[in-house]
Amino acid sequence: MDLKKELQQRLKTKPILLMTHLVLGYPSFTVNREVIRQMAENGVDCIELQIPFSEPIADGPVILKASQQSLDSGIAVEECFRFGQEMAAAFPMIRFLFMTYYNIVFKYGEEAFLQRTRDIGFCGTIVPDLPPEEGQTYLERSKNLGLAPILFFTPTSTDARLRTVASQGAGFIYCVARRGVTGQQTAFDGDLEQYLARCRRATDLPLAVGFGISALADVALLTGMADMAVIGTATIKLVDAQGPAAVGPFIAGLLAQA
Amino acid sequence: MKKGYYGQWGGAFIPEVLQATFDALNKAYETARADASFWQEYVDLMGNYSCRPTPLTYAENLTRHFGGAKIYIKREDLNHTGAHKANNVMGQGLLVRRMGKKRVIAETGAGQHGVATATMAARFGFACTIYMGEEDVARQRPNVFWMEKLGATVVPVTDGSRTLKDAMNEAFRDWVTSMDDTHYVIGTVCGPHPFPEMVAWFQSIIGIEARRQILAQHGRMPDRVFACVGGGSNAMGIFQGFLEEPGVELVGVEAGGLGIATGKHASRMVEGSGASAGVAQGYKTLFLQSPEGQMRDTHSIAAGLDYVGISPILSDLGEKGRVRFAAATDREVIEALSLAMRTEGLIPAMESAHAFVQAFKEAPAMSKDQAIIINMSGRGDKDIFTIAHAFDDPSWKAFIVKRAEEYR
Repeated sequence: MDLKKELQQRLKTKPILLMTHLVLGYPSFTVNREVIRQMAENGVDCIELQIPFSEPIADGPVILKASQQSLDSGIAVEECFRFGQEMAAAFPMIRFLFMTYYNIVFKYGEEAFLQRTRDIGFCGTIVPDLPPEEGQTYLERSKNLGLAPILFFTPTSTDARLRTVASQGAGFIYCVARRGVTGQQTAFDGDLEQYLARCRRATDLPLAVGFGISALADVALLTGMADMAVIGTATIKLVDAQGPAAVGPFIAGLLAQA
Repeated sequence: MKKGYYGQWGGAFIPEVLQATFDALNKAYETARADASFWQEYVDLMGNYSCRPTPLTYAENLTRHFGGAKIYIKREDLNHTGAHKANNVMGQGLLVRRMGKKRVIAETGAGQHGVATATMAARFGFACTIYMGEEDVARQRPNVFWMEKLGATVVPVTDGSRTLKDAMNEAFRDWVTSMDDTHYVIGTVCGPHPFPEMVAWFQSIIGIEARRQILAQHGRMPDRVFACVGGGSNAMGIFQGFLEEPGVELVGVEAGGLGIATGKHASRMVEGSGASAGVAQGYKTLFLQSPEGQMRDTHSIAAGLDYVGISPILSDLGEKGRVRFAAATDREVIEALSLAMRTEGLIPAMESAHAFVQAFKEAPAMSKDQAIIINMSGRGDKDIFTIAHAFDDPSWKAFIVKRAEEYR
């Protein structure tokens, strides 16, 4: 089933879905494995696995540091694919996506990267530095393979821009709730409700809302306005501070609120 | 061809959150470019504030020393703040004023572009934040001092290799939060469109002047033009005066570091450099990177050339064979710098000295009625700490030790 339909199906029984995020190889694949298990057992719907890149311009300090440490440990793209394959097989209820920067895709070969992504059982990719204008072949190849190339809405986008982007995306739309980079605690931009209503009018794709969401209240606030809450930096910080075992209760707590 | 592309290179690989900002920037830039009074305002500003036109000096002694082609030197060192960097920042400053923004941010490697941006901000009354790799902050302390005195906030970047590319990433991170009132003054002909084209336009003032000057002094076109290439802004500046002249050979000189074979260099265009096509920092070009696409650490004696990428315009001109590339090693740079100082009383910046190296290699084999231009992109005397260190000068070291004792 395609990702959009799958998410819409799940929304019939849940008020809001949850997408979480990990940097592959940080602090290690062993810890990644345990964190994913905890997430899966506590009701996460989608997980984005970030393949580290040396120049992550859209990421804030937490993911930046995690990416660097992962790269310093010598992580290879091939290992990311193998690990991804293992996870997709182990947790069939989770929809996995790769998040990375375009250079990683480009160097692997766009067609080969996407083919492999599909073959290991992933459902899509999130590439924040590839706007639709530069990603025409990527978008086309993804769709031909049945993958969802996730595109972005932002508070700075005009209504016309939202419609242009929406017409080229698939799966869901990643709505950036705040300006800035990942994990930054800026205030929600203007009126979140109004922004999300604008997003909703621009597309029938499910809306995932992310960037800087870390508190129970954030998820509760989004319920009814968005379809999926994205938890990124918060779980990385949690694992750093309390270890992977803390992830399960944290996720369960987020959803209990919803 | 797609807008912002030069052959297969260039583009605008930017996060969605910056799309609206780039739309506005493109519009402001295109409006300014179509408006002849904007260019006139720019030329007037540079004439009144920054010593333009800079001279084209006939290097009589160097010419005699090598006994070959006549050597002319374009004196960007005499530009205000001591390098060609001022051309770009003052131009962007005029544009920022037109756009009504109140704050500028910039990345800097050697500190040249940071000082130039801080100067421009002071002149135009903008708030200013400069991102600089921690390693560069350490090796370029005097420039940090000036930026701060000019009213800028200097933020040391502690991520990655703590050099120019990391400072650029950090400036982007600032911009995705602050774009409403802030303009990012990219310092070179790199980054997403329209930056390569726009910065090349402001820097074309070098080539426009040099073309007029060489015709006046030499009576015809030069045979070769030499310029150092980090990101490539001074090279693009002077090359644009001669791109349409097929008889003028354009030579870009990259940082050969400890030698191409050692892997410790910052050359992307010469044989064996190991650079390959990639997409980073918002544009597609040749980068020094691993096969999987992770950027490598680069090395150069000159912080301003110590960069993983190269202008997409120069990648294209190199690929088409219009610009020939060479590399100069750290050691050759010191020798050329010494020679320029002793024979002509000129002190090129270490970046600029790379261009001198290649010109010195080629001039002797050329005939006396031929002429070459070296673009002296900046002056070295203000980099006294770096140059004295590179010369490993004993009396300078003794002075520093003594001065440090006084400060204890």
